[in-house]
Amino acid sequence: MNVQQVAVFLEHKPGRLAEISHCLAESNINIRALSLADTTDFGILRLVADDTDKARKVLKEHGFTVGVTEVIAVGAEDRPGGMDKILQVVSKAGLNVEYMYAFTKKSGESGILLFKFDEPAQALTAFKEAGIKILSGEEVHSM
Amino acid sequence: MIWNEKNETMPREELEVVQLARLQAQVERVYATVPYYREKMDAAGVAPGDIKTLQDIKHLPFTTKDDLRRNYPFGLFTVPLDRIVRIHASSGTTGQPTVVGYTRRDIKMWAEMMARSLAAAGVTQKDVVHNAYGYGLFTGGLGAHYGAEEMGCAVIPISGGNSKRQITLMRDFGSTVLLATPSYTLNLADTMAEMGVDPSELKLRVGIFGAEPWSEQMRTELESRLKIKAVDIYGLSEVLGPGVAVECIEEQRGLHIMEDHFLPEIVDRDTFEPLAPGEKGELVFTTLTKEAFPVIRYRTKDVCQLITKVCTCGRTFHRMPKVTGRTDDMLIIRGVNVFPSQIEEVLIGTEGVEPHYQLVVSREGSLDTIEAQVEVSEEFFSDEVRVLEGLTRKLQGNIKDLLGISCKIKLVEPKTIQRSEGKAQRVIDKRNI
Repeated sequence: MNVQQVAVFLEHKPGRLAEISHCLAESNINIRALSLADTTDFGILRLVADDTDKARKVLKEHGFTVGVTEVIAVGAEDRPGGMDKILQVVSKAGLNVEYMYAFTKKSGESGILLFKFDEPAQALTAFKEAGIKILSGEEVHSM
Repeated sequence: MIWNEKNETMPREELEVVQLARLQAQVERVYATVPYYREKMDAAGVAPGDIKTLQDIKHLPFTTKDDLRRNYPFGLFTVPLDRIVRIHASSGTTGQPTVVGYTRRDIKMWAEMMARSLAAAGVTQKDVVHNAYGYGLFTGGLGAHYGAEEMGCAVIPISGGNSKRQITLMRDFGSTVLLATPSYTLNLADTMAEMGVDPSELKLRVGIFGAEPWSEQMRTELESRLKIKAVDIYGLSEVLGPGVAVECIEEQRGLHIMEDHFLPEIVDRDTFEPLAPGEKGELVFTTLTKEAFPVIRYRTKDVCQLITKVCTCGRTFHRMPKVTGRTDDMLIIRGVNVFPSQIEEVLIGTEGVEPHYQLVVSREGSLDTIEAQVEVSEEFFSDEVRVLEGLTRKLQGNIKDLLGISCKIKLVEPKTIQRSEGKAQRVIDKRNI
């Protein structure tokens, strides 16, 4: 199973992010990684939580528009060139990245890149062929 | 100058005699020639012979825009098409547009109403008239044009748009009078500033502005920026087009209604009972002389009161103040009539869009803008920016196609649009008109 990502729609208004973090905190949900996409008019918060279903439920109860999507997580070496190695594979395979973000498990140990592709199946094949480590949902959610 | 001194300064008692005779003739003709009116009058139990005084008009049924739509396109015409010389239609794009027709005599009467309006604004045949009202199905352009020709002015039928060229020609031709919507005029003023044209280089001395509501603040703005006098003109295609009422340049306070051709009433907005002239209510018009397309007690949706105080200009016609409110939600955006329900149709017709929306009308610089706030439902929410922006573009495109206006779409979080407890407040107008 791939990594489950929770996406939340945000209007540009002060305090909205804090409301999200607060309701996750109150429900004892841990955030593994997050990124915020912003446009002139709105934002989309994307996060990977330790408990996707609970995070979704809690946010919905607080009136947010929430969507759950799958993203692909791959392991990268946490040193110069670690990310480049992976993106070279993506580039050679001619894959279009919708968005990506990254986090490190423990500095110097291993980095994790989260990808959203137009064609995830092809991406998985390309990564496998290049010998890049694909992380399962269980691994990422329980880190 | 008063164009038709005899009629425009007629003592009230004489005017009322003229009005009653014309009203009786009009009601009789409508009853005899338009089945729809006859059925409505029969249902209300009123016959043409019951109109014995001007006050008896209150027994006649009202006419609304719905009645006009129901009789699309020519159902309320009193004459066959071979006697019609002109047809205009409203911008109504969903549902039925309202269609109005004119006989040769109607066009002549209209030209006189416009000539009277120009004269009231101080225009004479020596003037060069720059007519920037839109020419076409909209009554503004041609209506004003015929009046200015009737007066003998040199008319420049420039219509709307292409502001830089408008200003160049205004300067080169020595235009002295500008006819336009107030918001377009502000746009022209902005363009002049961009072009480095000083309004004092121009010969403009008066502007006659209408087709959308505008405020006293706007008058001050237009007058000081363009170094002109700004005069308000009122009209609606269902009744005539421009020239139903106009301010006199002497007072610039209240618009004289051409009462020898249009009989105004003010009725209560809820009970529709007639109100005294000084009381505020919905403005209702009955045409007294129109041939092709008369209307009986047409509800304009404009809210105002009548000013009966005698005016210093010498006209005896009652005045109406500048129109500031409408009884329903019709919006006029840059001269285009827009009903919130039309935007609603586009929004709701698009998959995944919540039926909760709100329209915010404001003015940016000199132009009216409209923004539709739409709640993001789970159905159309996406984690990809591209998808959401694609959706807003699609909505914008659909609205533009259908209504011809640019409407900004703002996505908002669920439940952020205030839910109504009765009638929804769909429109927030920030224009401060």
